[in-house]
Amino acid sequence: MGNNIKHAAISALLTAVLVMPVFGLELIRQGARTLMQPNWSFVFIAMAVVFVGQLCRPWLMIPFKAMKRGLPTLPAAPTGGNKFIIFVLVAAAVIWPFFSGRSSVDIATLVLIYVMLALGLNIVVGFAGLLDLGFVGFYAVGAYTYALLYQWAGWGFWEALPVAGAMAALFGFILGFPVLRLRGDYLAIVTLGFGEIIRLLLINLNQFTGGPDGISGIPKPTVFGLEMTRRASEEGGETFHQFMGWTFQNQHMVIYLYLMALMFALVTLFVSTRLIRMPVGRAWEALREDEIACRSLGLNPTRIKLSAFTLGAMFAGFGGAFFAARQGLVNPESFTFIESALILAIVVLGGMGSQVGVILAAILITVVPELAREFAEYRMLIFGLVMVLMMVWRPQGLLPMKRPHVELEK
Amino acid sequence: MSDLIPQLTQQVFNGLSLGAIYALIAIGYTMVYGIIGMINFAHGEIYMIGAYVGLVTLTAFGTASGMPLPLLIAGMLVVAMAVTGVYGYTLERVAYRPVRGSPRLVALISAIGMSIFLQNWMALGQGARDMAVPALFSGGINFELGGSGFGVTMPYSRILIIVVTVVLMIGLTLFIRHSRMGRASRACSQDMHMANLLGIDTNKVISFTFVLGAMLAAVGGVLIAITIGKLNPFIGFIVGIKAFTAAVLGGIGSIPGAMLGGVLLGLAETFAAAYISSQYKDIVAFSLLVLILLFRPTGLLGKPEVEKV
Repeated sequence: MGNNIKHAAISALLTAVLVMPVFGLELIRQGARTLMQPNWSFVFIAMAVVFVGQLCRPWLMIPFKAMKRGLPTLPAAPTGGNKFIIFVLVAAAVIWPFFSGRSSVDIATLVLIYVMLALGLNIVVGFAGLLDLGFVGFYAVGAYTYALLYQWAGWGFWEALPVAGAMAALFGFILGFPVLRLRGDYLAIVTLGFGEIIRLLLINLNQFTGGPDGISGIPKPTVFGLEMTRRASEEGGETFHQFMGWTFQNQHMVIYLYLMALMFALVTLFVSTRLIRMPVGRAWEALREDEIACRSLGLNPTRIKLSAFTLGAMFAGFGGAFFAARQGLVNPESFTFIESALILAIVVLGGMGSQVGVILAAILITVVPELAREFAEYRMLIFGLVMVLMMVWRPQGLLPMKRPHVELEK
Repeated sequence: MSDLIPQLTQQVFNGLSLGAIYALIAIGYTMVYGIIGMINFAHGEIYMIGAYVGLVTLTAFGTASGMPLPLLIAGMLVVAMAVTGVYGYTLERVAYRPVRGSPRLVALISAIGMSIFLQNWMALGQGARDMAVPALFSGGINFELGGSGFGVTMPYSRILIIVVTVVLMIGLTLFIRHSRMGRASRACSQDMHMANLLGIDTNKVISFTFVLGAMLAAVGGVLIAITIGKLNPFIGFIVGIKAFTAAVLGGIGSIPGAMLGGVLLGLAETFAAAYISSQYKDIVAFSLLVLILLFRPTGLLGKPEVEKV
C-alpha cells in the first residue's frame, strides 16, 4: 500500500509539471505585451484527480478488463436470414427524411459521406492492412476534378462523377505503384507526404485551382437533367419542381442529396462486401496477415496492394465529387491531414476490416459532436484520446469481425 | 556574378540555422526508431510544447526584470527541457508502452492519436491563436563580402541556434559514447533482447531515450520561438514531418545521420525558397521525403534493415 501511495504521489507531481505550463499559467495577449494569469486551482484539481485515480487504479481497471473481452464480435460472413433486416433498414433510411427536419437530414448526409469514405479507407487499411495517411488527397482529387471540369469545361455532376472516380483511382495507381513496396510505417509516412503535396499544389497552382480561395459556385446534381433550383439557369430550361408540378422547396434538394449519399454509401458497402469474398479480397487479407507467406505461395504483393490502394482511392474520388457538389465550393482547407486522421479514426474505432463497425463508428463520430455542440472545442482532443485508448485497450475496434480460426489444443 | 558569393554565404548561413533545428528534432525520431522501431509521430508536438514552455518561463521571469540575457535564455532552455522531459516520459508510459509488441501500425496510430491530442491540449490551454514572443535580441553581425555591396546579415538569434546546437551535439555524442546510459542505449539499439538478458533495464533505457529526445526537441522549440517571434499550437506538425524527413535522409536509427540529414534538409529548403519559390519549400521537403523513402530507404548513413520471418 505504501508503494502505491508513493507511486500515486509521483504521478500527481508529474501531472503538476505537465499541466502547469499549459493550464496553470495562462498566457494572455494584451496588445504587444504578453501577460500571465496563474490558475492554481486547476493544477491542484488535476493533481488530486490523478492521485486518487492512481490509488484506485486496480479497481478502475476492472470494467476495462471486462470490456476487453465482453464486447461482441461479428461473425465473419453474415449468415443467411438477415436479408430481411437489411431490407427493413434500407427502407427506413429511404423513408425517414420525408418526415424529418432539414438539419437532421443534413447531418445524416454528412454521416453518409463519412460512411462512404470510411468504407473506402477500410478497403485499404482494414482489408489490405496498408496504413494510408494521405487518403484525403484522393478525396481532394475527386472534388477538384469535378470543380475544375465544371469551371473550365462546364460539365455537370453526373458527367464528371465517373471522371472524378477514375482520376482519383489513377492518382492512387500512379502514387501507389512506387510506394507499395515500402514497409508499413514508411508507407504511412509517404502517403502522408503525398497527401500534403497534393494540398500544397492545390494552394500554389493559383491560376488553375483558385489557390487558397478554391472554386465556388459549383452546381448541385441534377435529376435526370432537371435542375433542382428555383429558376432554371438557362433560359427556357425546366426545373424539377416545375416538371413535377410542385411548389419549390429547399427541402427537396436536401432530401435528394441525402438519398444520393445513401445510394453512394450503399454502393460502396455492396462493392466492398463483394470484393472481400472474391479471390482478390482473400488475397488482401492474406497479405495483411503475412506477406512473406503470401509471396512464397505465389501471390504478387505489389499487384494485390495496388488493387486495394486504387479501389480505395476511387471511392474517395466519388466521395470528393459528391462533397464538391453538396458544398458548392471546394478549397484546400477541407483536405488537411486532420480530415485523413478523422476518417482513419472512424475505421480504427469501428474495427479495421469490419464494415458494420465502421458504419456505426462513422455515425458515432459525426453525430456525437453535432449533439454536443457546447463541447466543440474538445472534439479533436477527444478524437486523439479515443485513438490512443482504442489502440491500448481494444486495437481490434469496437465491433471487430471474427474470423473462423482453429486453435491448437495445448 | 560578383554578389554570388555573398548571396551563397547568406543562404548557407540561413540553411544551417534552420537545419540545426531540424537536426535537434530529428535526433529524437532517430533514437526512438533505433531502439523500439516506431515512428514517434507526436515528437513534433513535443517541440511545440517546448516552445510554449519557453514563452511561459520568459513571461514568468519578465522580460523587463533586468535579468542578464544569457541567464534568461539558459533559464528558458532548462525549464523547457525539464517539462518536455516529463512529457516525453509520460507519452511513452501512457501511449506507447502498453502497445509495445503489437504490430507497428497499432503503435503508429496510437502516436497519431497522441499528436492530435497534444495539439488540442495546448490549444485548449493557451488558445489556438498565434502568440507573440517578445524579442530578446536585436541586430546581428553585418558584413560585406567581396566588396560587391551585398551585405550578409547574421542575426544573433540565428547564431545562437547554431552555437547551442553544436554544443549539444558534441555533448550528446560524448554522452552516447562514454556514459553508462549511453552504452546501454547503444546496446539496446543493437539487440534489445540480448541487452535485456545481460541485465540492462530496457524499460529504463527506452524511457531515457524518450526523455532525451524530448529535451533536444524542446531546445529547438525555444530557440525557434525566440528567432521567429510567434508560435501557435499547430507549428509542431509540419516541423515534425520535416524533422522526420531529416532523420530518414540521414539514415533512421543513426544519430550522426540525423545531424547530417537535418543540415542537408535545412540547406535544401533554404535554397529552394531562395532560388525556386518560397511557396514551394514545403513541397521540396515533402518530395525529398518521398524520394528518399523510394530510392534509398536506408538513408545516407543508415544500415539496411532485414526483415526476418
